[in-house]
Amino acid sequence: MLSALPTAKVYVTLKKGVLDPQGLTVQNALEALGYDVQEVRMGKYLELTLADRPREELEADVAEMCEKLLSNPVIEDFRFNIEP
Amino acid sequence: MRFGVVVFPGSNNDHDCYRVVEDVLEEPVEYIWHQDSDVEGFDALILPGGFSYGDYLRTGAIARFSPVVESVKRFADGGGLVLGICNGFQILLEIGLLPGAMLRNQSLKFVCQYVNLRVENNETPFTNQCVNGEVLRVPIAHNEGAYFADQTTLEALRANQQVVFSYCDDAGRVVEEANPNGALENIAGIVNDRGNVLGMMPHPERCSEEMLGSLDGLKIFRSMLAAAKAPATP
Repeated sequence: MLSALPTAKVYVTLKKGVLDPQGLTVQNALEALGYDVQEVRMGKYLELTLADRPREELEADVAEMCEKLLSNPVIEDFRFNIEP
Repeated sequence: MRFGVVVFPGSNNDHDCYRVVEDVLEEPVEYIWHQDSDVEGFDALILPGGFSYGDYLRTGAIARFSPVVESVKRFADGGGLVLGICNGFQILLEIGLLPGAMLRNQSLKFVCQYVNLRVENNETPFTNQCVNGEVLRVPIAHNEGAYFADQTTLEALRANQQVVFSYCDDAGRVVEEANPNGALENIAGIVNDRGNVLGMMPHPERCSEEMLGSLDGLKIFRSMLAAAKAPATP
C-alpha cells in the first residue's frame, strides 16, 4: 500500500518591526466584536506535497525554496515542518 | 541611444514606455521578451509597470527567475542604465539590484492619482535635467508601494544620496500628509550606489506628453539621453 507523501507546511510571516496594516485592521475588527486581542500579524501559509525522499534532503530543499522564492528576507521570516 | 523595454507576462506599461521612446524621444527602441537573454547592443533597459506573474506570492517575486533577469543584472553590473518603473521597481528590489523591499500600501487601498515628487539628487543619469528641490507632477498607480528598508540600509541610502525622489506637498515639503502609501520617509525612488539603476513607483511614461496633462516625466527620459551623450556620470 502507498503511504502518504510528505507534506511541508510553510509559514511566511512579516518580521518584527515591519508594519502590517492588514493585521491591524483585523485586530480592530476583533476588538469591535468585543474580543481582547493585543496584536494580529498576518502571514502566508503554503502546503507543499513532496516526493518521498530522505527527511534531511527534504528539509534542506524546503529551506532553500523559502530562501530563494517563498519569502523575502528583507521583510519576512519563514518556518516549516514536514509531515508525516 | 537604443532602448530596450523588457516584457514580462503581465507587464502592461510596456507600450507606454515604448511610445515615449519612439514617438517623443525619437530614439530606437525594441521589446525584449522575458524568455530572451540577449540584451547586447542596448544603451538602456526599461522594466515597465504592470502585474508580472499576476503579482502572485509577492510583487516581482516570480519575475526574478525569468531568463532575462540574469542578463539585466550583467547589463547593470557593466554600467548600463536600468530604469524600473512601478512593478519594474518591485522587480529590481526582488532581484537585488536595489536594496529594500515593497510592502502593501498602508491604507490597504490601490492608489491611482497624481503626486508631487521632490528631486533629491540631480546628479544621476536619470535626473540631470532636473534641479534639486524641484517638484515634479507624476502619477502613481499601485497597491504595493510602501517602500521599506532596515535602518542600516536607510542610513547607507541617505549617506550616498541614493534617495532620488520623495513624495512631497505642492511646496516641495516632504511631509507625512503627502505620503500616498506609507513609504519609509516618503521615499518614491532610489538609485543603486553606482547610480546607474533607478527604481521609482511613479510613472514618468504617463506624463511625457502635453495631451496627458504633464510633461514632467519626460525630464527623466531626457536625462537618460543626456547621460548617454555625455557619459561622465559619477
